[in-house]
Amino acid sequence: MTDTITPERRAEERPTPDRRRHMRDVFVEFVDVHKAYGSKLVLRGVNLKVYRGEVLVILGGSGTGKSVTLRHMLGLEAPDEGRVLVEDEDITDLPEEELYRVRKKFGMLFQSGALFDSMNVFENVAFPLREHTEMSEEEIERAVRERLELVNLPNTEQLMPVDLSGGMRKRVGLARSIVLDPKMILYDEPTTGLDPITAQKINELIIDLQSKLNVTSVVVTHDIQSAFSVGDRIAFLDRGVFEWIGTMEEARNSDHPVLRDFLRSSMVTAAQPG
Amino acid sequence: MTTAADLAPVTGPRFFPRARAKFTGTMSYVGELSQLGWTVLQMIFRGPYERDLVIAQFESIGVRSLSIVAITSLFIGMVLALQTAYSLAEFGGKLFIGKVVSLSLVRELAPVLMSLMVGGRVGAGMTAEIGTMKVTEQIDALRALATNPIRKLVFPRVFSTTVMFPLLTIISCFVGIMGGLVVATGNLHLDASFYLRSVIETVAFNDLASGVMKTLFFGFAIGLIACFNGLRTTGGADGVGRATTMTVVSGAITVLIMDFFLTKLFLLIG
Repeated sequence: MTDTITPERRAEERPTPDRRRHMRDVFVEFVDVHKAYGSKLVLRGVNLKVYRGEVLVILGGSGTGKSVTLRHMLGLEAPDEGRVLVEDEDITDLPEEELYRVRKKFGMLFQSGALFDSMNVFENVAFPLREHTEMSEEEIERAVRERLELVNLPNTEQLMPVDLSGGMRKRVGLARSIVLDPKMILYDEPTTGLDPITAQKINELIIDLQSKLNVTSVVVTHDIQSAFSVGDRIAFLDRGVFEWIGTMEEARNSDHPVLRDFLRSSMVTAAQPG
Repeated sequence: MTTAADLAPVTGPRFFPRARAKFTGTMSYVGELSQLGWTVLQMIFRGPYERDLVIAQFESIGVRSLSIVAITSLFIGMVLALQTAYSLAEFGGKLFIGKVVSLSLVRELAPVLMSLMVGGRVGAGMTAEIGTMKVTEQIDALRALATNPIRKLVFPRVFSTTVMFPLLTIISCFVGIMGGLVVATGNLHLDASFYLRSVIETVAFNDLASGVMKTLFFGFAIGLIACFNGLRTTGGADGVGRATTMTVVSGAITVLIMDFFLTKLFLLIG
């Protein structure tokens, strides 16, 4: 898992025909979404479509509303104006109890992993299975072991979250988010706070899961390298609106001034020593 | 450069907007707290209960509070006995020790002091735990995993404080009366059977019922306030600290205010 990801390898690992077939099938749609916290306007009319089977990267600086956009997708936040649709169902005004049904379609990796402190790794990953399925203990054990192997963390079942490194916490969080076989995985800053090697491992894991689970993914990040490693398309968020949306190739050649500035400054920052 | 205008107090014309904001904030707090209380009440009456979670909270709130309840009540009973003997000495106060100790404890001191002590311990712990879960995104993770945090976290805690406070009060009354007995027999050389007979003849069922019933409300209020403050925690470790302090202070004030109105109510009912 430590090899560099080349475009050829990505193409090999991810069955593109399958992706293309679904490419016009919209999984999540934002229609003119506005959101404010007190007097601070965070989203100012967001329009976005996430297509089934793709990896969409939401790119943008700190405080531009990336995570807030992600939280709207599974109804953790409700928009002040506008609509959010998941598989053509309008979830904007659904009550919390109804949203639980919608949320089962998603798996979400939180920035910190958000593991339950009082539970060990096994219990964390088993939690959704115990909550939402009638599986026996043997079946749960098997499913947890499988998911932990998928995120390259075998034999860690008995460790407590406090004993795990930042990268391991994220991987356990990922194992927990995929244990119910979601249709879509949301990654909130998956590489933030990690050293470059661990960040690269997480990137590879995202690609690996995308090919093995055949899901739709949305990755929120301000890490350019991560964005270009994992994404099919980029949606560039700036001051509460998507300034630019397009493929990775189009992003590289784009002459959009803000996106170009962002990409250039991020590359320079990444290249600087220390 | 600092000018006189910079040093001028910011109060004055901005007082009313600030007061209005404070009032709106307080009303919003009370409104949201009541909403959570109503949701939890519905869960209490409708179920289903997650047995393991409730039992774990019974243990955490009830069993682990036994020592603090025992020590507090024992010494309150002992002090009451001493004070009664001293202050009523010229009226033959020693003879009234059983009456005064038992009635004060059962009707007022055991319910209120137990609620303040256990409320402080349990409430602070609950707010800190839930508040930490909030700031580390664990509450969001629960919601994202299609699990209701109120059912999972709030309900077992509020239900347990509501059930455990009355039980702890009964224990507190018993231990307090025994504390009075220790002083009455050891220091004041009263006969144990005289003291106990005086207790039994004094305390009626209504006295015990009014004292214990009050703690049903205290337990519900403290559990609710603690969980609510935990759920609305923001801002990292500092926020958790502030929320915990607020729980201890507002919990204590709520108990004292509720005590007055509940006492009046129970006196009216008889």
